[in-house]
Amino acid sequence: MPDTDGKGERSMHEHNDMLQENLEQPIIEVIGMHKWFGDFHVLKDINLKVIPQERIVICGPSGSGKSTMIRCLNRLEEHQKGRIIVDGIELTNDIKNIEKVRAEVGMVFQHFNLFPHLTILENLTLGPIWVRKTPKREAAEAAMRYLEKVRIAEQAEKFPGQLSGGQQQRVAIARSLCMNPKVMLFDEPTSALDPEMIKEVLDVMIDLAEEGMTMLVVTHEMGFAKSVADRVMFMDEGQIVEQNSPQEFFDHPQNDRTRLFLSQIL
Amino acid sequence: MITGSNTDAAQMKPPLRNIGVIGWLRENLFNNLFNSLLTLVTIYGLWLFVPPLIRWVFIDSLWFSSAEACRDIEGACWSIIPNNVSFIFFGFFPEGQQWRPLTAMLLLFALVFYSKNRKHWRQSLAIYWLLGLIVMGGLMHGGVFGMPVVETAQWSGFPLTLMLALFGMVGAYPLGVLLALGRRSKLIGIKSLCVVYIELIRGVPLISLLFMSSVMFPLFLPEGVSFDKVLRAQVAIILFAAAYIAEVVRGGLQAIPAGQYEAANALGLSYAKTMRLIVLPQALKIVIPPSVGILISAFKDTSLVVIIALYDVLKTTKVTLSNPQWMGYSSEAYLFLAVLYFVCCYAMTSYSRRLEKELHAGH
Ligand SMILES: Nc1ncnc2c1ncn2[C@@H]1O[C@H](COP(=O)(O)OP(=O)(O)OP(=O)(O)O)[C@@H](O)[C@H]1O
Ligand SMILES: [Mg+2]
Repeated sequence: MPDTDGKGERSMHEHNDMLQENLEQPIIEVIGMHKWFGDFHVLKDINLKVIPQERIVICGPSGSGKSTMIRCLNRLEEHQKGRIIVDGIELTNDIKNIEKVRAEVGMVFQHFNLFPHLTILENLTLGPIWVRKTPKREAAEAAMRYLEKVRIAEQAEKFPGQLSGGQQQRVAIARSLCMNPKVMLFDEPTSALDPEMIKEVLDVMIDLAEEGMTMLVVTHEMGFAKSVADRVMFMDEGQIVEQNSPQEFFDHPQNDRTRLFLSQIL
Repeated sequence: MITGSNTDAAQMKPPLRNIGVIGWLRENLFNNLFNSLLTLVTIYGLWLFVPPLIRWVFIDSLWFSSAEACRDIEGACWSIIPNNVSFIFFGFFPEGQQWRPLTAMLLLFALVFYSKNRKHWRQSLAIYWLLGLIVMGGLMHGGVFGMPVVETAQWSGFPLTLMLALFGMVGAYPLGVLLALGRRSKLIGIKSLCVVYIELIRGVPLISLLFMSSVMFPLFLPEGVSFDKVLRAQVAIILFAAAYIAEVVRGGLQAIPAGQYEAANALGLSYAKTMRLIVLPQALKIVIPPSVGILISAFKDTSLVVIIALYDVLKTTKVTLSNPQWMGYSSEAYLFLAVLYFVCCYAMTSYSRRLEKELHAGH
């Protein structure tokens, strides 16, 4: 589908201009990063620069290291070589720095990982109250705003177990947003969901993208990649094999492995 | 094979011989020859055993008589209990001051009863408990408001049993949780320390710990320094129960999925806050039933303190029985004790079951 309508092109242009201006200060910078699990070389020489408001979609076959890579960005996994700098802070063993970075980086998991013993509202206010030291009242008000944004405010007093998968994932997104993150990481946010719930979660993510959130999304939802991403990245065997604008990526994939992958998934 | 139409099936009732009392009997007691025989033998056994027991307990028994009156009867002499109740319950606590442990105990029961309701689980509850403990301590020890001081050596009977069990648990729980966390720590030093402690303690009986606390421990103290005997027993019980709690809590921690830690970490919560706010509340809830099991055995194990010459409720009963007047009524006295222990333990289990259900219904 080479032709997009004029309106889409224009807004794309504006967005790109915005990105150009931000080019100087990347929010995430990964330089020559390697990671091993024991003897297994999971990530090989990863280089990545993410500028504010950029939307990156990462795809690739199972086991290629997508999850491991984005989990390195908030140090849920430790890298062994190279550098990772997030929001001007380099990730090292310094736990204070790690906590600082984590507070600025939101993460949404495949299996939601809501806290089952807390109500939805408590799930949302936990971070702001205990990490940001926001007063309770204020945190609750903000939480309600985000719940409205993900269209789920009426469930505030329920427990996670009482919600559907799609609702839980939207709560998980709202929980991250409550921390006012500068970057959001998504690790296959829709792949544990029943098909009819995928759209409600993607819609929330599209809203978020339109508001200018910087996002790294591991997903196999190629429709989402085409309509939202600034850059699509293909990973295989622990390497970033190819990256390009969605149009180029889907219409003229350069690498054989990318072509093979796309032929399987589309 | 289908027999009869749908409407027939819907209206069909079970055959009469499968329901009601007769049905139940047939199904459970007389469903084959062997079971029928077994049932008959059991009935015969009960017929031999129960009527004399009832006669002994209720019909031929005396409840509020003197020791002399008991000499002439066939049945139980329950009079031993009311006649010695103050010694059995309060031991050597001075006569005339025994309202103090009684009040302390009632206060404890009131607090426990109040805490049963989960609606009361607020910060104020902790304050009530703190105040309650101060008042109880004051009542037991005295020295304030004109109450004469009663040394801990004289604390005995049921309050001692309750105290050792309750404080044993209150002290052991935090220690046990720390040990469990330590055992899962990545720091090899802390981890091995916790493993060694837990396995050592679990490898020896409580009795040997009590012995050590009363005999060996003082040897290590500088001359002139002495530690209260009750306190030493209390510490031994705490150290002992903590090792068991640690293992139980570790089981609970293992049941928490890695995703919970990851989500908490991803929010920027520190290790301590992750544990306190996310992991422990979930893990401790899972381990309520085994924890109550430990509480119950701690409660019963307190009777072992007799070997270091403390007078718990079992020992005071024994002392009563060594009184020539009441010698020979040990069945009655021990049955009474059994009932006392049973009531306490049963209350704990039934509460834990209720709590479990309530917490489960929460989500
Ligand atoms: N904790 C771990 N210990 C050892 N090996 C691991 C660990 N986590 C992941 N791996 C391995 O690292 C490789 C990359 O895993 P990763 O989860 O990053 O893949 P992925 O691209 O996210 O795959 P998927 O699409 O299935 O989620 C896999 O081969 C996996 O088996
Ligand atoms: Mg993955």
